Amino acid sequence: MKKLVMFVTLILLIGAVWFFLRTKPDDTKVEKLVLTGSSTVAPLAAEIGKRFETLHSNVRVDVQTGGSSRGVSDARAGLADIGMASRSLKEDEKDLLSFTIALDGISVILNKANPVEALNKQQIVDIYTGRITNWKDVGGNDAAITVVNKAEGRSTLELFLHYFGLKNTDIKPQVVIGDNQQGIKTVMGNPNAIAYVSVGTAEYESSQGAAIKLLPLESIAASVENLRNRSFPLSRPLNLVTRGEPAGLAKDFIEFARLPQVNDLVEAQYFVPVPR
Amino acid sequence: MSLSLADKQLAALLWGCALLAAALVLLVLLFLFKESWPVLQHIALIRFFNDTSWHPVDGLYKLTPMLSATFYSTLGAVMLAAPLGIASALFSRYYAPSFLAGCYRRLIELLAGIPSVVYGFWGLTTLAPLIGRLHPPGVSLLTGILVLTLMILPTIALTADAALAAVPAAYLRGAASLGLSRWGLISGVTLPAARPGVTAGIMLAAGRAIGETMAVLMVAGNVVQQPHSLYDSVRTLTANIALEMAYATGDHRAALFVSGLALMCVVLLLVGMAELMSQERRHV
Repeated sequence: MKKLVMFVTLILLIGAVWFFLRTKPDDTKVEKLVLTGSSTVAPLAAEIGKRFETLHSNVRVDVQTGGSSRGVSDARAGLADIGMASRSLKEDEKDLLSFTIALDGISVILNKANPVEALNKQQIVDIYTGRITNWKDVGGNDAAITVVNKAEGRSTLELFLHYFGLKNTDIKPQVVIGDNQQGIKTVMGNPNAIAYVSVGTAEYESSQGAAIKLLPLESIAASVENLRNRSFPLSRPLNLVTRGEPAGLAKDFIEFARLPQVNDLVEAQYFVPVPR
Repeated sequence: MSLSLADKQLAALLWGCALLAAALVLLVLLFLFKESWPVLQHIALIRFFNDTSWHPVDGLYKLTPMLSATFYSTLGAVMLAAPLGIASALFSRYYAPSFLAGCYRRLIELLAGIPSVVYGFWGLTTLAPLIGRLHPPGVSLLTGILVLTLMILPTIALTADAALAAVPAAYLRGAASLGLSRWGLISGVTLPAARPGVTAGIMLAAGRAIGETMAVLMVAGNVVQQPHSLYDSVRTLTANIALEMAYATGDHRAALFVSGLALMCVVLLLVGMAELMSQERRHV
Protein backbone atom coordinates (compact mmCIF):
# COMPACT_ATOMS: atom_id res chain seq x y z
CA MET A 1 0.00 0.00 0.00
CA LYS A 2 2.66 2.40 1.14
CA LYS A 3 4.79 1.59 -1.85
CA LEU A 4 1.88 2.19 -4.16
CA VAL A 5 1.19 5.60 -2.61
CA MET A 6 4.85 6.54 -2.89
CA PHE A 7 4.91 5.39 -6.48
CA VAL A 8 1.83 7.37 -7.50
CA THR A 9 3.07 10.49 -5.70
CA LEU A 10 6.40 10.16 -7.49
CA ILE A 11 4.69 9.90 -10.86
CA LEU A 12 2.57 12.98 -10.15
CA LEU A 13 5.67 14.87 -9.02
CA ILE A 14 7.61 13.95 -12.14
CA GLY A 15 4.62 14.93 -14.24
CA ALA A 16 4.38 18.32 -12.53
CA VAL A 17 8.09 19.03 -12.89
CA TRP A 18 8.04 18.04 -16.55
CA PHE A 19 5.00 20.22 -17.15
CA PHE A 20 6.59 23.33 -15.67
CA LEU A 21 9.96 22.80 -17.31
CA ARG A 22 8.33 22.19 -20.64
CA THR A 23 6.35 25.43 -20.70
CA LYS A 24 9.40 27.53 -19.92
CA PRO A 25 10.11 29.46 -23.11
CA ASP A 26 13.61 29.25 -24.49
CA ASP A 27 14.19 32.57 -26.20
CA THR A 28 17.69 32.00 -27.43
CA LYS A 29 17.98 34.00 -30.65
CA VAL A 30 14.66 32.96 -32.17
CA GLU A 31 13.63 34.89 -35.23
CA LYS A 32 9.91 35.42 -35.54
CA LEU A 33 7.91 35.75 -38.74
CA VAL A 34 4.39 37.12 -38.27
CA LEU A 35 1.62 36.44 -40.80
CA THR A 36 -1.91 37.81 -40.35
CA GLY A 37 -5.07 37.87 -42.44
CA SER A 38 -7.47 35.59 -44.30
CA SER A 39 -8.76 32.53 -42.46
CA THR A 40 -8.78 30.69 -45.80
CA VAL A 41 -5.07 31.13 -46.32
CA ALA A 42 -4.15 30.72 -42.64
CA PRO A 43 -4.36 26.88 -42.39
CA LEU A 44 -2.21 26.55 -45.52
CA ALA A 45 0.24 29.20 -44.33
CA ALA A 46 0.46 27.44 -40.95
CA GLU A 47 1.27 24.10 -42.63
CA ILE A 48 3.88 25.70 -44.85
CA GLY A 49 5.19 27.49 -41.76
CA LYS A 50 5.64 24.18 -39.94
CA ARG A 51 7.69 22.78 -42.78
CA PHE A 52 9.65 26.03 -43.02
CA GLU A 53 10.46 25.75 -39.29
CA THR A 54 11.88 22.26 -39.70
CA LEU A 55 14.33 23.65 -42.26
CA HIS A 56 15.19 26.75 -40.21
CA SER A 57 15.52 25.63 -36.60
CA ASN A 58 15.78 29.14 -35.14
CA VAL A 59 12.65 30.49 -36.85
CA ARG A 60 9.13 30.65 -35.42
CA VAL A 61 6.28 31.28 -37.87
CA ASP A 62 3.33 32.92 -36.14
CA VAL A 63 0.05 32.77 -38.12
CA GLN A 64 -2.95 34.83 -36.99
CA THR A 65 -6.36 35.14 -38.65
CA GLY A 66 -8.65 38.14 -38.97
CA GLY A 67 -9.80 38.33 -42.58
CA SER A 68 -8.19 39.44 -45.82
CA SER A 69 -8.69 43.13 -45.03
CA ARG A 70 -6.73 42.79 -41.82
CA GLY A 71 -3.98 41.00 -43.73
CA VAL A 72 -3.72 43.89 -46.18
CA SER A 73 -3.83 46.63 -43.55
CA ASP A 74 -1.38 44.82 -41.25
CA ALA A 75 1.08 44.37 -44.08
CA ARG A 76 0.75 48.03 -45.00
CA ALA A 77 1.14 49.21 -41.39
CA GLY A 78 4.07 46.89 -40.80
CA LEU A 79 2.24 45.07 -38.00
CA ALA A 80 2.80 41.81 -39.84
CA ASP A 81 5.80 40.72 -41.91
CA ILE A 82 3.43 39.16 -44.42
CA GLY A 83 -0.31 39.68 -44.90
CA MET A 84 -2.63 36.93 -46.17
CA ALA A 85 -5.50 37.71 -48.55
CA SER A 86 -7.89 35.31 -50.28
CA ARG A 87 -8.49 37.78 -53.11
CA SER A 88 -6.59 39.91 -55.58
CA LEU A 89 -5.43 43.33 -54.44
CA LYS A 90 -7.91 46.13 -55.07
CA GLU A 91 -7.10 49.27 -57.08
CA ASP A 92 -6.28 51.32 -53.96
CA GLU A 93 -4.02 48.57 -52.62
CA LYS A 94 -1.56 48.63 -55.48
CA ASP A 95 1.11 50.11 -53.22
CA LEU A 96 1.56 46.56 -51.93
CA LEU A 97 2.99 43.48 -53.62
CA SER A 98 1.12 40.21 -53.81
CA PHE A 99 2.41 36.68 -54.37
CA THR A 100 -0.09 33.96 -55.29
CA ILE A 101 0.64 30.69 -53.49
CA ALA A 102 -2.46 28.72 -54.54
CA LEU A 103 -5.81 28.91 -56.35
CA ASP A 104 -9.18 28.10 -54.85
CA GLY A 105 -12.31 27.35 -56.85
CA ILE A 106 -15.69 25.80 -56.18
CA SER A 107 -17.94 23.68 -58.30
CA VAL A 108 -21.67 22.99 -58.13
CA ILE A 109 -22.21 19.22 -57.94
CA LEU A 110 -25.18 16.95 -58.61
CA ASN A 111 -25.78 13.23 -58.28
CA LYS A 112 -24.79 11.28 -61.42
CA ALA A 113 -28.36 9.98 -61.72
CA ASN A 114 -29.71 13.51 -62.11
CA PRO A 115 -30.46 14.19 -65.82
CA VAL A 116 -29.76 17.95 -65.48
CA GLU A 117 -26.48 18.71 -67.28
CA ALA A 118 -26.10 22.44 -66.74
CA LEU A 119 -27.63 25.31 -64.80
CA ASN A 120 -27.20 28.99 -65.48
CA LYS A 121 -26.37 31.56 -62.85
CA GLN A 122 -29.97 32.70 -62.36
CA GLN A 123 -31.24 29.12 -61.99
CA ILE A 124 -28.68 28.41 -59.29
CA VAL A 125 -29.64 31.61 -57.47
CA ASP A 126 -33.34 30.68 -57.69
CA ILE A 127 -32.69 27.16 -56.40
CA TYR A 128 -30.64 28.39 -53.46
CA THR A 129 -33.13 31.11 -52.50
CA GLY A 130 -36.06 28.66 -52.67
CA ARG A 131 -37.79 30.18 -55.74
CA ILE A 132 -37.27 26.93 -57.68
CA THR A 133 -37.97 23.87 -55.53
CA ASN A 134 -38.54 21.15 -58.12
CA TRP A 135 -36.08 19.72 -60.64
CA LYS A 136 -38.73 19.69 -63.38
CA ASP A 137 -38.57 23.52 -63.50
CA VAL A 138 -34.98 23.32 -64.75
CA GLY A 139 -35.49 20.36 -67.09
CA GLY A 140 -35.05 17.50 -64.67
CA ASN A 141 -37.23 14.87 -63.01
CA ASP A 142 -40.36 15.71 -61.06
CA ALA A 143 -38.66 15.64 -57.67
CA ALA A 144 -38.09 18.10 -54.84
CA ILE A 145 -34.66 19.71 -54.78
CA THR A 146 -32.50 19.14 -51.72
CA VAL A 147 -30.42 22.28 -51.28
CA VAL A 148 -27.11 21.66 -49.53
CA ASN A 149 -25.40 24.70 -48.04
CA LYS A 150 -22.13 25.17 -46.16
CA ALA A 151 -21.88 26.09 -42.49
CA GLU A 152 -21.39 29.72 -41.57
CA GLY A 153 -17.82 30.99 -41.56
CA ARG A 154 -16.51 28.62 -44.26
CA SER A 155 -14.57 30.34 -47.00
CA THR A 156 -16.32 28.23 -49.65
CA LEU A 157 -19.64 29.69 -48.52
CA GLU A 158 -18.18 33.20 -48.65
CA LEU A 159 -16.88 32.75 -52.19
CA PHE A 160 -20.15 31.17 -53.35
CA LEU A 161 -22.25 33.99 -51.88
CA HIS A 162 -19.94 36.62 -53.31
CA TYR A 163 -20.03 35.16 -56.83
CA PHE A 164 -23.83 34.81 -56.93
CA GLY A 165 -24.46 38.09 -55.11
CA LEU A 166 -26.37 36.40 -52.31
CA LYS A 167 -26.61 36.85 -48.55
CA ASN A 168 -26.53 33.77 -46.35
CA THR A 169 -29.82 34.84 -44.77
CA ASP A 170 -31.47 34.53 -48.24
CA ILE A 171 -30.52 30.89 -48.66
CA LYS A 172 -33.13 28.25 -47.83
CA PRO A 173 -31.16 25.03 -47.31
CA GLN A 174 -32.48 21.56 -46.50
CA VAL A 175 -29.07 20.33 -45.38
CA VAL A 176 -26.07 22.17 -43.96
CA ILE A 177 -22.66 20.53 -44.15
CA GLY A 178 -19.20 21.11 -42.76
CA ASP A 179 -16.43 19.88 -44.99
CA ASN A 180 -16.28 18.98 -48.67
CA GLN A 181 -16.33 15.23 -48.02
CA GLN A 182 -19.63 15.48 -46.20
CA GLY A 183 -21.07 17.40 -49.15
CA ILE A 184 -19.96 14.75 -51.63
CA LYS A 185 -21.33 11.92 -49.45
CA THR A 186 -24.63 13.76 -49.10
CA VAL A 187 -25.00 14.21 -52.86
CA MET A 188 -23.95 10.60 -53.51
CA GLY A 189 -26.70 9.41 -51.17
CA ASN A 190 -29.42 11.70 -52.50
CA PRO A 191 -30.18 11.80 -56.27
CA ASN A 192 -32.02 15.11 -55.89
CA ALA A 193 -29.39 17.05 -53.99
CA ILE A 194 -27.41 20.05 -55.18
CA ALA A 195 -24.26 21.17 -53.39
CA TYR A 196 -21.06 23.11 -53.96
CA VAL A 197 -17.58 21.99 -52.94
CA SER A 198 -13.92 22.69 -53.76
CA VAL A 199 -13.12 21.89 -57.38
CA GLY A 200 -9.99 19.99 -56.31
CA THR A 201 -11.89 17.62 -54.02
CA ALA A 202 -14.83 17.13 -56.37
CA GLU A 203 -12.63 16.30 -59.34
CA TYR A 204 -10.55 13.85 -57.32
CA GLU A 205 -13.58 12.08 -55.82
CA SER A 206 -15.37 11.83 -59.14
CA SER A 207 -12.24 10.38 -60.76
CA GLN A 208 -12.25 7.80 -57.93
CA GLY A 209 -15.73 6.71 -58.94
CA ALA A 210 -17.93 8.81 -56.65
CA ALA A 211 -21.44 9.10 -58.15
CA ILE A 212 -21.31 12.86 -58.63
CA LYS A 213 -20.94 15.22 -61.57
CA LEU A 214 -19.43 18.69 -61.67
CA LEU A 215 -21.60 21.25 -63.42
CA PRO A 216 -19.99 23.71 -65.82
CA LEU A 217 -20.38 27.38 -65.01
CA GLU A 218 -20.93 29.96 -67.75
CA SER A 219 -20.23 27.05 -70.16
CA ILE A 220 -16.78 26.49 -68.70
CA ALA A 221 -16.12 23.04 -67.27
CA ALA A 222 -15.27 22.92 -63.58
CA SER A 223 -11.81 21.35 -63.51
CA VAL A 224 -8.45 21.87 -61.95
CA GLU A 225 -7.15 22.43 -65.48
CA ASN A 226 -9.48 25.40 -66.03
CA LEU A 227 -8.66 26.73 -62.56
CA ARG A 228 -5.00 26.62 -63.43
CA ASN A 229 -5.45 28.56 -66.67
CA ARG A 230 -7.73 30.94 -64.77
CA SER A 231 -10.69 30.55 -67.13
CA PHE A 232 -13.07 29.06 -64.54
CA PRO A 233 -15.12 31.99 -63.19
CA LEU A 234 -15.88 30.84 -59.63
CA SER A 235 -12.34 31.02 -58.31
CA ARG A 236 -9.91 33.24 -56.47
CA PRO A 237 -6.19 33.47 -55.82
CA LEU A 238 -4.73 32.97 -52.35
CA ASN A 239 -2.11 35.65 -51.89
CA LEU A 240 0.71 36.62 -49.59
CA VAL A 241 1.00 40.39 -49.37
CA THR A 242 4.03 42.54 -48.47
CA ARG A 243 4.86 46.22 -48.33
CA GLY A 244 7.67 46.70 -50.77
CA GLU A 245 10.01 44.03 -52.12
CA PRO A 246 10.25 41.33 -49.41
CA ALA A 247 13.66 40.87 -47.80
CA GLY A 248 15.34 38.51 -45.36
CA LEU A 249 13.15 35.94 -43.70
CA ALA A 250 9.95 37.13 -45.40
CA LYS A 251 11.61 36.71 -48.80
CA ASP A 252 12.78 33.20 -47.88
CA PHE A 253 9.31 32.24 -46.70
CA ILE A 254 7.50 33.54 -49.79
CA GLU A 255 9.97 31.80 -52.08
CA PHE A 256 9.55 28.59 -50.09
CA ALA A 257 5.74 28.84 -50.25
CA ARG A 258 5.91 28.95 -54.05
CA LEU A 259 8.23 25.97 -54.46
CA PRO A 260 6.89 22.70 -55.91
CA GLN A 261 7.91 20.89 -52.71
CA VAL A 262 4.97 22.41 -50.82
CA ASN A 263 2.45 21.37 -53.50
CA ASP A 264 1.37 18.42 -51.35
CA LEU A 265 0.42 20.86 -48.57
CA VAL A 266 -1.56 22.98 -51.03
CA GLU A 267 -3.39 19.94 -52.34
CA ALA A 268 -4.07 18.63 -48.84
CA GLN A 269 -6.14 21.79 -48.25
CA TYR A 270 -8.00 21.17 -51.55
CA PHE A 271 -6.43 24.16 -53.25
CA VAL A 272 -4.69 24.11 -56.61
CA PRO A 273 -0.95 24.80 -56.82
CA VAL A 274 0.05 27.72 -59.02
CA PRO A 275 1.67 26.64 -62.29
CA ARG A 276 5.38 27.45 -62.31
CA MET B 1 -10.87 5.92 15.20
CA SER B 2 -7.39 6.92 14.25
CA LEU B 3 -6.01 6.33 10.80
CA SER B 4 -2.80 4.46 10.21
CA LEU B 5 0.01 6.14 8.31
CA ALA B 6 -0.85 4.27 5.12
CA ASP B 7 -4.47 5.32 5.46
CA LYS B 8 -3.46 8.94 5.94
CA GLN B 9 -1.28 8.86 2.86
CA LEU B 10 -4.00 7.24 0.83
CA ALA B 11 -6.53 9.75 2.11
CA ALA B 12 -4.28 12.63 1.09
CA LEU B 13 -3.84 11.12 -2.35
CA LEU B 14 -7.57 10.58 -2.81
CA TRP B 15 -8.31 14.10 -1.60
CA GLY B 16 -5.86 15.36 -4.18
CA CYS B 17 -7.48 13.36 -6.99
CA ALA B 18 -10.99 14.45 -6.00
CA LEU B 19 -9.96 18.10 -5.82
CA LEU B 20 -8.31 17.84 -9.21
CA ALA B 21 -11.48 16.41 -10.77
CA ALA B 22 -13.63 19.09 -9.17
CA ALA B 23 -11.22 21.83 -10.19
CA LEU B 24 -11.29 20.60 -13.79
CA VAL B 25 -15.06 21.00 -14.03
CA LEU B 26 -14.86 24.48 -12.54
CA LEU B 27 -12.03 25.39 -14.89
CA VAL B 28 -14.05 24.25 -17.89
CA LEU B 29 -16.99 26.39 -16.76
CA LEU B 30 -14.70 29.33 -16.11
CA PHE B 31 -13.09 28.93 -19.52
CA LEU B 32 -16.49 28.85 -21.25
CA PHE B 33 -17.48 32.04 -19.42
CA LYS B 34 -14.23 33.74 -20.29
CA GLU B 35 -14.50 32.87 -23.97
CA SER B 36 -18.15 33.85 -24.27
CA TRP B 37 -17.70 37.05 -22.29
CA PRO B 38 -16.85 39.29 -25.31
CA VAL B 39 -20.24 38.62 -26.88
CA LEU B 40 -22.22 38.51 -23.62
CA GLN B 41 -20.89 41.96 -22.82
CA HIS B 42 -22.54 43.81 -25.67
CA ILE B 43 -25.36 41.47 -26.62
CA ALA B 44 -28.35 41.08 -24.34
CA LEU B 45 -28.95 37.50 -23.25
CA ILE B 46 -32.52 37.69 -24.52
CA ARG B 47 -31.24 37.99 -28.11
CA PHE B 48 -30.11 34.37 -27.99
CA PHE B 49 -33.82 33.55 -27.72
CA ASN B 50 -35.46 36.39 -29.63
CA ASP B 51 -33.35 36.97 -32.74
CA THR B 52 -34.92 35.93 -36.03
CA SER B 53 -32.33 33.30 -36.93
CA TRP B 54 -28.81 31.94 -36.36
CA HIS B 55 -26.56 33.87 -38.73
CA PRO B 56 -23.71 34.92 -36.46
CA VAL B 57 -21.72 36.54 -39.28
CA ASP B 58 -24.67 38.91 -39.82
CA GLY B 59 -25.13 39.42 -36.08
CA LEU B 60 -28.12 37.12 -35.54
CA TYR B 61 -27.75 34.70 -32.66
CA LYS B 62 -30.91 32.68 -32.06
CA LEU B 63 -30.03 29.50 -30.13
CA THR B 64 -33.48 28.11 -29.28
CA PRO B 65 -33.96 25.91 -32.39
CA MET B 66 -30.71 24.15 -31.52
CA LEU B 67 -31.72 23.77 -27.88
CA SER B 68 -34.95 22.09 -28.92
CA ALA B 69 -33.13 19.95 -31.50
CA THR B 70 -30.79 18.71 -28.77
CA PHE B 71 -33.77 18.11 -26.50
CA TYR B 72 -35.89 16.23 -29.07
CA SER B 73 -33.08 14.06 -30.38
CA THR B 74 -32.03 13.05 -26.87
CA LEU B 75 -35.60 12.45 -25.72
CA GLY B 76 -36.40 10.38 -28.80
CA ALA B 77 -33.26 8.29 -28.48
CA VAL B 78 -33.81 7.62 -24.76
CA MET B 79 -37.46 6.70 -25.33
CA LEU B 80 -36.45 4.15 -27.96
CA ALA B 81 -33.30 2.85 -26.31
CA ALA B 82 -34.56 2.51 -22.72
CA PRO B 83 -37.21 -0.18 -23.31
CA LEU B 84 -34.94 -2.00 -25.77
CA GLY B 85 -31.98 -1.86 -23.41
CA ILE B 86 -33.95 -3.08 -20.41
CA ALA B 87 -35.52 -5.84 -22.47
CA SER B 88 -32.09 -6.91 -23.67
CA ALA B 89 -30.82 -7.01 -20.06
CA LEU B 90 -33.82 -9.05 -18.92
CA PHE B 91 -33.29 -11.46 -21.79
CA SER B 92 -29.65 -12.07 -21.03
CA ARG B 93 -30.27 -12.35 -17.25
CA TYR B 94 -33.43 -14.44 -17.05
CA TYR B 95 -34.44 -15.97 -20.34
CA ALA B 96 -31.35 -16.78 -22.39
CA PRO B 97 -29.50 -20.08 -21.85
CA SER B 98 -26.25 -19.32 -20.02
CA PHE B 99 -23.85 -19.91 -22.96
CA LEU B 100 -25.96 -17.65 -25.18
CA ALA B 101 -26.21 -15.00 -22.45
CA GLY B 102 -22.42 -14.84 -22.24
CA CYS B 103 -21.99 -14.45 -26.01
CA TYR B 104 -24.79 -11.93 -26.14
CA ARG B 105 -23.21 -9.79 -23.42
CA ARG B 106 -19.85 -9.76 -25.25
CA LEU B 107 -21.69 -8.68 -28.39
CA ILE B 108 -23.36 -5.74 -26.61
CA GLU B 109 -20.00 -4.75 -25.15
CA LEU B 110 -18.59 -4.74 -28.65
CA LEU B 111 -21.45 -2.52 -29.78
CA ALA B 112 -20.56 -0.08 -27.00
CA GLY B 113 -16.98 0.12 -28.26
CA ILE B 114 -17.75 1.17 -31.84
CA PRO B 115 -16.59 4.77 -32.40
CA SER B 116 -19.37 7.27 -32.99
CA VAL B 117 -17.98 8.38 -36.34
CA VAL B 118 -18.55 4.85 -37.66
CA TYR B 119 -22.21 5.05 -36.70
CA GLY B 120 -22.37 8.48 -38.30
CA PHE B 121 -20.81 7.25 -41.52
CA TRP B 122 -23.17 4.30 -41.68
CA GLY B 123 -26.09 6.62 -41.00
CA LEU B 124 -25.04 9.00 -43.75
CA THR B 125 -24.40 6.41 -46.44
CA THR B 126 -27.07 3.80 -45.62
CA LEU B 127 -29.77 5.01 -43.27
CA ALA B 128 -30.19 8.54 -44.66
CA PRO B 129 -30.80 7.42 -48.29
CA LEU B 130 -33.33 4.84 -47.01
CA ILE B 131 -35.25 7.48 -45.09
CA GLY B 132 -34.78 9.83 -48.02
CA ARG B 133 -36.79 7.46 -50.19
CA LEU B 134 -39.58 7.72 -47.67
CA HIS B 135 -39.36 11.46 -47.27
CA PRO B 136 -36.51 13.58 -48.70
CA PRO B 137 -33.91 14.82 -47.88
CA GLY B 138 -33.28 11.83 -45.57
CA VAL B 139 -30.90 13.53 -43.19
CA SER B 140 -33.33 14.48 -40.47
CA LEU B 141 -34.31 14.46 -36.82
CA LEU B 142 -35.51 10.88 -37.27
CA THR B 143 -32.17 9.70 -38.68
CA GLY B 144 -30.41 11.44 -35.80
CA ILE B 145 -32.66 9.76 -33.25
CA LEU B 146 -32.15 6.31 -34.78
CA VAL B 147 -28.36 6.62 -34.87
CA LEU B 148 -28.30 7.97 -31.31
CA THR B 149 -30.53 5.10 -30.19
CA LEU B 150 -28.04 2.60 -31.56
CA MET B 151 -25.23 4.40 -29.78
CA ILE B 152 -26.79 4.59 -26.33
CA LEU B 153 -28.53 1.22 -26.43
CA PRO B 154 -25.45 -0.71 -25.21
CA THR B 155 -24.93 1.75 -22.34
CA ILE B 156 -28.47 1.17 -21.09
CA ALA B 157 -28.35 -2.59 -21.73
CA LEU B 158 -25.06 -3.05 -19.87
CA THR B 159 -25.91 -0.87 -16.86
CA ALA B 160 -29.35 -2.47 -16.55
CA ASP B 161 -27.72 -5.87 -16.79
CA ALA B 162 -25.28 -4.97 -14.01
CA ALA B 163 -28.09 -3.56 -11.86
CA LEU B 164 -30.11 -6.76 -12.29
CA ALA B 165 -27.07 -8.86 -11.42
CA ALA B 166 -26.62 -6.87 -8.21
CA VAL B 167 -30.06 -7.76 -6.86
CA PRO B 168 -29.34 -9.85 -3.71
CA ALA B 169 -29.77 -13.58 -4.25
CA ALA B 170 -31.87 -13.76 -1.08
CA TYR B 171 -34.63 -11.77 -2.85
CA LEU B 172 -34.65 -14.26 -5.68
CA ARG B 173 -34.78 -17.23 -3.31
CA GLY B 174 -37.56 -15.57 -1.34
CA ALA B 175 -39.53 -14.98 -4.53
CA ALA B 176 -38.91 -18.54 -5.69
CA SER B 177 -40.16 -19.94 -2.36
CA LEU B 178 -43.38 -17.97 -2.83
CA GLY B 179 -43.83 -19.79 -6.14
CA LEU B 180 -43.74 -16.65 -8.30
CA SER B 181 -43.58 -17.09 -12.05
CA ARG B 182 -40.51 -15.78 -13.84
CA TRP B 183 -42.34 -12.69 -15.02
CA GLY B 184 -43.81 -12.22 -11.54
CA LEU B 185 -40.30 -12.36 -10.13
CA ILE B 186 -39.08 -9.79 -12.66
CA SER B 187 -41.93 -7.31 -12.41
CA GLY B 188 -42.53 -7.65 -8.68
CA VAL B 189 -39.05 -8.13 -7.24
CA THR B 190 -35.95 -7.64 -9.36
CA LEU B 191 -36.99 -4.63 -11.49
CA PRO B 192 -38.11 -2.54 -8.49
CA ALA B 193 -34.95 -3.54 -6.62
CA ALA B 194 -32.74 -2.67 -9.60
CA ARG B 195 -34.54 0.59 -10.41
CA PRO B 196 -31.90 3.02 -9.07
CA GLY B 197 -29.20 1.33 -11.14
CA VAL B 198 -31.35 1.24 -14.26
CA THR B 199 -32.29 4.92 -13.86
CA ALA B 200 -28.64 5.87 -13.40
CA GLY B 201 -27.82 4.00 -16.61
CA ILE B 202 -30.54 5.84 -18.52
CA MET B 203 -29.26 9.19 -17.24
CA LEU B 204 -25.74 8.25 -18.27
CA ALA B 205 -27.04 7.34 -21.73
CA ALA B 206 -28.97 10.61 -21.98
CA GLY B 207 -25.77 12.46 -21.15
CA ARG B 208 -23.99 10.61 -23.93
CA ALA B 209 -26.79 11.40 -26.38
CA ILE B 210 -26.68 15.12 -25.54
CA GLY B 211 -22.92 15.26 -25.93
CA GLU B 212 -22.70 13.19 -29.11
CA THR B 213 -21.36 15.31 -31.93
CA MET B 214 -19.91 13.60 -34.97
CA ALA B 215 -22.64 11.06 -35.64
CA VAL B 216 -25.41 13.63 -35.29
CA LEU B 217 -23.52 16.14 -37.37
CA MET B 218 -23.36 13.65 -40.21
CA VAL B 219 -26.98 12.50 -40.21
CA ALA B 220 -29.20 15.27 -38.81
CA GLY B 221 -28.90 17.75 -41.70
CA ASN B 222 -27.76 20.72 -39.58
CA VAL B 223 -30.28 23.30 -40.76
CA VAL B 224 -31.02 25.66 -37.88
CA GLN B 225 -34.79 25.47 -37.62
CA GLN B 226 -37.54 24.55 -35.20
CA PRO B 227 -38.47 20.98 -36.29
CA HIS B 228 -42.13 20.51 -37.23
CA SER B 229 -41.89 16.85 -38.10
CA LEU B 230 -39.54 13.91 -37.65
CA TYR B 231 -38.37 14.37 -41.26
CA ASP B 232 -37.15 17.93 -40.73
CA SER B 233 -33.46 18.64 -40.77
CA VAL B 234 -32.16 19.92 -37.42
CA ARG B 235 -28.91 21.14 -35.86
CA THR B 236 -27.95 20.24 -32.29
CA LEU B 237 -25.81 22.48 -30.08
CA THR B 238 -22.81 20.16 -30.29
CA ALA B 239 -23.05 19.93 -34.07
CA ASN B 240 -23.20 23.73 -34.22
CA ILE B 241 -19.93 24.05 -32.36
CA ALA B 242 -18.18 21.38 -34.42
CA LEU B 243 -19.44 22.80 -37.73
CA GLU B 244 -18.47 26.40 -37.22
CA MET B 245 -15.68 26.58 -34.65
CA ALA B 246 -12.83 25.93 -37.05
CA TYR B 247 -13.53 29.05 -39.10
CA ALA B 248 -15.15 31.36 -36.56
CA THR B 249 -13.56 34.61 -35.42
CA GLY B 250 -14.53 37.42 -33.05
CA ASP B 251 -18.17 37.56 -31.96
CA HIS B 252 -19.04 34.47 -34.00
CA ARG B 253 -16.49 32.45 -32.04
CA ALA B 254 -17.69 33.85 -28.73
CA ALA B 255 -21.30 33.04 -29.69
CA LEU B 256 -20.24 29.43 -30.25
CA PHE B 257 -18.86 29.37 -26.73
CA VAL B 258 -22.25 30.63 -25.58
CA SER B 259 -23.80 27.57 -27.22
CA GLY B 260 -21.25 25.50 -25.29
CA LEU B 261 -22.32 27.24 -22.11
CA ALA B 262 -25.98 26.53 -22.92
CA LEU B 263 -25.11 22.87 -23.44
CA MET B 264 -23.33 22.76 -20.09
CA CYS B 265 -26.43 24.25 -18.43
CA VAL B 266 -28.62 21.57 -20.03
CA VAL B 267 -26.31 18.85 -18.72
CA LEU B 268 -26.28 20.43 -15.24
CA LEU B 269 -30.09 20.50 -15.33
CA LEU B 270 -30.16 16.83 -16.29
CA VAL B 271 -27.77 15.84 -13.50
CA GLY B 272 -29.79 17.92 -11.06
CA MET B 273 -33.01 16.24 -12.15
CA ALA B 274 -31.47 12.78 -11.77
CA GLU B 275 -30.28 13.70 -8.28
CA LEU B 276 -33.72 15.02 -7.31
CA MET B 277 -35.44 11.90 -8.60
CA SER B 278 -33.16 9.55 -6.69
CA GLN B 279 -33.61 11.57 -3.49
CA GLU B 280 -37.37 11.49 -3.74
CA ARG B 281 -37.25 7.76 -4.04
CA ARG B 282 -35.11 7.48 -0.94
CA HIS B 283 -37.72 9.27 1.15
CA VAL B 284 -40.61 7.06 0.03
